[in-house]
Amino acid sequence: MRATVLVRPKAGILDPQGDAVRESLRHLGFAVGEARIGRVVDLEVQGGDPGQARAQVERMCEQLLANPLIESYEIELIDP
Amino acid sequence: MTERERRPTVAVVVFPGSNDDRDAAWALRALGADAVLVWHGDDELPEGTGAVVLPGGFSYGDYLRCGAIARFSPVMRAVEGFAAAGGPVLGICNGFQILCEAGLLPGVLRANASLSFVCRDVAVRVEHSRPPFTNRAEPGQQLVIPVKHGEGCWYAPPELLAELETAGQIVLRYEPGENPNGAAADVAGVTNAYGNVMGLMPHPEHAVDPMLGSGDGALILASLVDAARDRTSMPVG
Repeated sequence: MRATVLVRPKAGILDPQGDAVRESLRHLGFAVGEARIGRVVDLEVQGGDPGQARAQVERMCEQLLANPLIESYEIELIDP
Repeated sequence: MTERERRPTVAVVVFPGSNDDRDAAWALRALGADAVLVWHGDDELPEGTGAVVLPGGFSYGDYLRCGAIARFSPVMRAVEGFAAAGGPVLGICNGFQILCEAGLLPGVLRANASLSFVCRDVAVRVEHSRPPFTNRAEPGQQLVIPVKHGEGCWYAPPELLAELETAGQIVLRYEPGENPNGAAADVAGVTNAYGNVMGLMPHPEHAVDPMLGSGDGALILASLVDAARDRTSMPVG
């Protein structure tokens, strides 16, 4: 089973990378209100049970993939 | 040899990507310690270790988040055990990032608000003078110590920050107008609740001789050497 994890800076957390990208997009003429930059982690997880797979990926997020002080995460499971 | 002359063992951990390990060892030796470089793959600290320093650099290429991978090094289990037993552990720059990611220090270090790498002397104020890191300095004393980092913006949520302020865990603060990275409440250095683990973004090991611009960093490292000496002179048993 495959899983995609989206890690984002939490609301209210300063995101200087996002700010710099927003300014660059404005330079290109795009009317952008806000840009926030996160991270995508694509995973291949063992086992076929979606509930177990999700629980496992959640533990991965809590322990390593995201820092709960500043980042939120979303998990998307993709059946083969 | 008097007790004052005894050179206590201070372990300086070398991670893949550490680059201030030798400078830290040099500075500690100049201040009277027997500094020993310890490889990240070792699962023990040298016998008689009185203090541990996690040096600056870019451990594991700063992959995922700076400091996030180094906490899985075998040596970190020994460092965690040493800290849990009350041993003094100092994290400088990347070492600070590692201690935060390992959960040994509160907060997290993020990209500088300016997004620019900063490399310059900054003035910091000693908020609390006490062992094992700041007893050689006076409370309120200003120290000039260089920073060099791209991710030194310390952050803690407001409620956590308030707790740390009340508990006196904010030990070093950038002087007004000196904050080089946008850190919350101008925090340059924090300790854990017990006070035996500290992290700071400035590099005291680069400021131990006035010939290098400032000798102020020596006050922090010499405090640590004192603590290492005291710790290893305690009777065993």
